[in-house]
Amino acid sequence: MSNQALPRPRFNAPGPERGSKADLKIEARATPLLQGKVSEIPDAFFGWAMRLCGLAVVALLGLIVYQLVVGSELSWHAFGWKFFGQSDWNPVSDQYGALPFMYGTIVSSLLSLVIAVPLSIGVAVFITEMCPTGLRGTLSFTTELLAAIPSVVYGLWAIFVLVPILRAYVQPFLARTLGWTGLFSGPPYGIGMLAAGVILAIMIIPIISSITREVLTVIPQHQREAVLALGATRWEMIRMGVLRNARAGIVGAVILGLGRALGETMAVTMVIGNRPEIAKSLFAPGYTMASVLANEFTEATGNLYLSALIEIGLALFFVTIVVNALARLMVWSVTRGQPARSIA
Amino acid sequence: MSDTNSSTAAVLIPHINIPPITLRRRVVDRAMTGVAALTVVVVLVPLFAIFAYLVYKGIGSINVAFLTQTPKPVGEAGGGMANAIVGSMVILAIASLLGVPLGIGAGIFLSEYGRNRYGDIVRFVSDVLNGVPSIVIGIVAYGLVVLPQKHFSALAGGVALAIMMIPTIARTTEQMLLLVPQAIREAAYGLGVARWRTTLSITLRTATSGVITGVMLAFARVAGETAPLLFTAFGNQYWNWKTDQPTAALSLQIFTYAISPFDEWHRQAWAGALVLIVLIVAAVAAVRIAVKHGTLAGA
Repeated sequence: MSNQALPRPRFNAPGPERGSKADLKIEARATPLLQGKVSEIPDAFFGWAMRLCGLAVVALLGLIVYQLVVGSELSWHAFGWKFFGQSDWNPVSDQYGALPFMYGTIVSSLLSLVIAVPLSIGVAVFITEMCPTGLRGTLSFTTELLAAIPSVVYGLWAIFVLVPILRAYVQPFLARTLGWTGLFSGPPYGIGMLAAGVILAIMIIPIISSITREVLTVIPQHQREAVLALGATRWEMIRMGVLRNARAGIVGAVILGLGRALGETMAVTMVIGNRPEIAKSLFAPGYTMASVLANEFTEATGNLYLSALIEIGLALFFVTIVVNALARLMVWSVTRGQPARSIA
Repeated sequence: MSDTNSSTAAVLIPHINIPPITLRRRVVDRAMTGVAALTVVVVLVPLFAIFAYLVYKGIGSINVAFLTQTPKPVGEAGGGMANAIVGSMVILAIASLLGVPLGIGAGIFLSEYGRNRYGDIVRFVSDVLNGVPSIVIGIVAYGLVVLPQKHFSALAGGVALAIMMIPTIARTTEQMLLLVPQAIREAAYGLGVARWRTTLSITLRTATSGVITGVMLAFARVAGETAPLLFTAFGNQYWNWKTDQPTAALSLQIFTYAISPFDEWHRQAWAGALVLIVLIVAAVAAVRIAVKHGTLAGA
């Protein structure tokens, strides 16, 4: 509507009114009030500078891919696909296989999801649907505070508080009650896959719960009212009216959490035990892709050794990219149509 | 079962058979409320446990020596992390110098020039970049800076952290700029203000506090990062004032000390963790206050 009144030549309004090319052509002949053509050059310069910044973000991704691909070439030529299939990791004989690290990354991440998903959905549901409005802000702020603690501090806490607790109470209990499954057997060191899973869970809860909350608040109020009007209790309303409609978004939130867990380095490195072995028991020490990078990258002496490590980095990068892209699309599928606010 | 009800309900309101709220349904409702409340408690316990333990362990170990001395060799008591504190600040300063302008520029692009397909690509890429593991960013900075320089350096650490800051800053800046009403931009255009001037002095200025919040968010996120610094900044036991030499960082020092077998070092790791968190909070708070009361106050 205000397009006609605009004196600027070649004005291209950002926002819903853009795209009326015909209007703009006519306006190009209108006389500007101030400055005249003087601003055209700086305007063009500024516009392109900003576009360059945008381009830089894309270039950054390209640069990451380039660096990783070039760096891992040597190892790729030496091992090919076998790299991901063999579990021998021996710098002395220059034999490298990524299987134990992939296993460790996947198992620790899945374990953390098993613990974190019910808790984070519970927290999100409580904050958006059940808790008194006065408490809402405080609770969401406090849970988000968990995300602000640096990873290395989590690791520190895990070494000196969590691991002793696991060793003294949780692991003996699990071995007694669920030992027959084979998942909880062997000596309870404390340090190991279980500790990594628990600390990862604590770290990804704020991510999953804050995005789930975002998704839940997007569910229209009349959905809730409709279900309540049919005589549902509050829990039935949440189950049928809210959670069912938010499914895709919640799955997206969970996958985003998974993406974070896959790439998490420091806290895991400090408690997982760092032994490249595949063991069925969750009490046994393991190793993840991220932690082998953290531990061995600076000590990698041979070219092939370094290249093998970079290839692990490439694989990790690739997996997290796929996982994150998938998650973004799923979260977007629910929140689309809403103003694109703070999904990040 | 209520799925099938919902479509017929509107038509049959007078005769609808609303199922009674039986005791069982009531109990389930209460129980689920209890379960949800319990999850909140379970999640908050580690949070308070971490903070309590951090303060309890850390406070006793912070003293003047800790804040003014460099680390002592193994076995000697005393020493501190002064060089690591300064090193962290240097690395973060480099990261901010590189990352903040680029991130804000990308945010301006997204909100003012990028309401189209190209913008969507940049938006998606920056969301994806946000999820790249920090250790992978470390590898990239290693190949980008450390290899050509043949040195671990504060610069390499700064580059790694800058790469991590950019996507966060870009996306929050975009969101903040989009909140500025279109009418304000049009008022400026109506007065004949050039577009670049409008963007910088009107739109960006209106959104200043939001943009700075986003920057501080990104800053706080990378301030405690360790993984990308392992093979970029590398760490250093001594003072170092050159940006092309290995530099100590607080988070690296905490990591080294935490996995060491010495009680004295464990004590210092706790102190370092406390100092790290206090410094992050202080930096964020200082900028917030400057935005509210100081010279940075927006329009």
